[in-house]
Amino acid sequence: MRHDPTFGATIANVSRRAFLTGIAAGSLILSVGLPVRAEEQKYAGDGMPNGLREDPKIFIAIAEDGTVTVLCHRSEMGQGVRTSWPLVVADELDADWSRVKVAQAPGDEARFGNQDTDGSRSMRHHFMTLRRMGAAARQMLEQAAANQWGVPVAEVKATNHEVVHKASNRRLGYGELAKAAADLPVPPRESLALKHPSEFRYIGKSETPLIDGFDITTGKAQYGIDTQLDGMVYAVVARPPVFGGTVKSYDDAETLKVPGVLKTVAIEPTPAPAVFQPLGGVAVVATNTWAAIKGREALKIEWDDGPNASYSSEEHKASLETAVRNPGTVVREDGDTDKALGSAAKRVEAEYYIPHLAHATMEPPAAVVRIAGGKCEAWACVQSPQATRDHLSQRLGIPVENVTVNVTLLGGGFGRKSKPDYVVEAALISKGMDGKPVKVTWTREDDITNDYFHAVSMERIEAGLDESGKPVAWLHRSAAPTILSIFAPDPKQEADFELAMGLIDMPFDIPNVRVENPQAAAHTRIGWFRSVYNIPHAFAVQSFAAELAAAAGRDQKDYLLELIGPPRQVDTRKLAVTWNYGEDPAVYLLETKRLRGVVETAAEAIQWGRSMPKGSGLGIAAHRSFVTYVAAAVEVEVSENGALTIPRVDIAVDCGPQINPDRIRSQMEGAVVMGVSLATLGEITFKNGRTEQANFDTFEVTRIDAAPKEIHVHLMPASDYNLPLGGVGEPGVPPIAPALTNAIFAATGKRIRRLPIRDQLAT
Amino acid sequence: MAFTLKINGADHDVDVDSETPLLWVLRDVLGMTGTKFGCGQALCGACTVHLDGIAVRSCQTLVSDAVGVAVTTIEGLSPDGNHPVQIAWRDANVPQCGYCQGGQIMQAASLLKDTPNPTDSDIDAAMSGNICRCGTYPRIRAAIKAAAQKMAGAQ
Repeated sequence: MRHDPTFGATIANVSRRAFLTGIAAGSLILSVGLPVRAEEQKYAGDGMPNGLREDPKIFIAIAEDGTVTVLCHRSEMGQGVRTSWPLVVADELDADWSRVKVAQAPGDEARFGNQDTDGSRSMRHHFMTLRRMGAAARQMLEQAAANQWGVPVAEVKATNHEVVHKASNRRLGYGELAKAAADLPVPPRESLALKHPSEFRYIGKSETPLIDGFDITTGKAQYGIDTQLDGMVYAVVARPPVFGGTVKSYDDAETLKVPGVLKTVAIEPTPAPAVFQPLGGVAVVATNTWAAIKGREALKIEWDDGPNASYSSEEHKASLETAVRNPGTVVREDGDTDKALGSAAKRVEAEYYIPHLAHATMEPPAAVVRIAGGKCEAWACVQSPQATRDHLSQRLGIPVENVTVNVTLLGGGFGRKSKPDYVVEAALISKGMDGKPVKVTWTREDDITNDYFHAVSMERIEAGLDESGKPVAWLHRSAAPTILSIFAPDPKQEADFELAMGLIDMPFDIPNVRVENPQAAAHTRIGWFRSVYNIPHAFAVQSFAAELAAAAGRDQKDYLLELIGPPRQVDTRKLAVTWNYGEDPAVYLLETKRLRGVVETAAEAIQWGRSMPKGSGLGIAAHRSFVTYVAAAVEVEVSENGALTIPRVDIAVDCGPQINPDRIRSQMEGAVVMGVSLATLGEITFKNGRTEQANFDTFEVTRIDAAPKEIHVHLMPASDYNLPLGGVGEPGVPPIAPALTNAIFAATGKRIRRLPIRDQLAT
Repeated sequence: MAFTLKINGADHDVDVDSETPLLWVLRDVLGMTGTKFGCGQALCGACTVHLDGIAVRSCQTLVSDAVGVAVTTIEGLSPDGNHPVQIAWRDANVPQCGYCQGGQIMQAASLLKDTPNPTDSDIDAAMSGNICRCGTYPRIRAAIKAAAQKMAGAQ
């Protein structure tokens, strides 16, 4: 800990070793599984670029009035990290929660360690470091009190924001001890006495109000789009409507006549692979956002649409169908699938399609940047503040130590805000305005037409069943453009981290399994979307499991449990692709017992097997992702004209120890709604290289009237805090779509294999 | 053009193009950023404010149409942030990212003014214009019902 009453407002940036020459891609690709020699392999937080930092003098400050401030270096985007983060420290510190505050760290990984808020790993990677830092600070306070009283430290105890010497009935508040404690050395890790979980005051409890709750409900919370600086001007950008397009020529004469418009600034496109650099185009700068939008409408731009001008979703879907109907690169092979298929009593096959999806965060991408005195300062809603710094530094040619990135609240992230192209745009426009502070706002149309889209995908599975209806062979072909396409020139195979998201780690107990990855090209920007390639893989695997149950004439849930098989541990190191969400496979085994457990819990909660009226049905699906096990059971009603309602969803979650159960529940509730949204409505299609959707009228998302009427979250008990933590933000999403379509099949006999459902139920 | 707007009880003079939406006057001219931009087309409800107590989308309200009426934003819904809807929202830990919640709260407050004891279908009808991409709908529904009970008890 440290003594600093102005902590959080005055965090100095220290210079950082320039390890990223060229692009930041190297670090990202490394973090998602380029092969390294075994002795170099690091896992969890240690395996991230710039690793973990664990220093209470960096992360914890106590002021003389006793206020404890905990520095959070993760981005808050709705997962509740700004509450859960200080909560862990406060518990080990034995602080009074009403006197604990959170401060937001700027991007500085040399000082704070890796800050990428993605992969559902903030608490998974930091729970123990936060506990240890809290315990270290507590022991420093105890030592300071013991020193002051001249008694052995063993005789004093920190409790609820004060240190007590029981024998003499003396006590000193944390504020009174802060200065002396801060001068003490941080105790070594082996001397730390962590609380027994039975002593936890906040960890594992559901009563903690959101630390930003008051500001959010009163309009005071500051998101990236809310940043205001003196002398600031406002910009929107006309970007190429087709990925890879460029400006041939433009005429801004009419634009400059629009009241309030100040200037136009051309932004050079970045040749592919552009990583997180902007698309290029023409910025319109004005005295307010509305004037900038009107000015952009008056711009006359002639575009060169470039190599993706003919991208058509309809044609591309046909090409993906062809791809999965032919052999592709084998990425997993157990036994002899061809032979087993050939001798099977019955063969079943199906193809599943999911279109591109847009993130559509409610706060669209937005950022403010100013450049002065050779320094660049940004205020931005980013999930990756260090990558933002690196990209700004690279594009502006300003040394990274002279680039500051202040992280605001994020009005939704879902992976979109891992890519800071919009911050670089603001910087380039500021440069064109002599360094003036510039706010760039993406309109909703900008956001939806120029997103880093979730990959379109086609999955084909074929299985052979024996006489009893049990599968003896499983052949899965998965084709989808890869996220690597923004980092490397024209890759056509899914990356390891994509293949290992529910495809090659398919957990069923089947003797002959082959998984193939036919090629697919990217014709637009592809990016992480909450739960990523688990979405198509889980949709295919869990839909097909239900199709096999139907083919075998069996109950869907019973058959699913038999597919999962008896409890066993799958060592992911024995799979062809060993990536395991960056975690040590020896610690995070794939445990089918836990997968069974969530299936049984969700099924019991929804009263699986109850008799359903005509047009109603139950469906179930289960999936392990981000080293967490989730099953969803869904009840649907389908009216005679095909209208779908969802009376109830039960979602069971086994994520190991639960730090902030209320936020786990809220993440699961949100994942259910997002899963329903992508299953029923979500679709981005391209024609002539352009999206056919632009705002919430065409890219529809689930609203309150179509959301499930009841969502019940069931957290699997895990009192053992020695168990490894699983992710929370993403793993709720993948099982929702297949559980829903399985329920629709139970209700109607209609099998949905192409998302979104939209009007497929209309008769 | 010059306009005088009455916002949260105070007069504000602004000089903007008469077709400027109220949203951008609030955010960019007056620096009142509690009212959020979400779609610009009245499709998402993030920009919801009250005009004489009625919920409207400020992105589709011209500044000229906001003259002579009382404009209330999330910052002015209650003097101390303790409108029953705001309290219910905090009690239920409704927000996730929080970005849409100002608009949701303004819409819910307007609903409860007209319909003190809303049914589920009343809530669906009033709230389906407000998108929450984080999916806080179950808690929004619960918080509206809790606020309704609290307001009924207070009368």
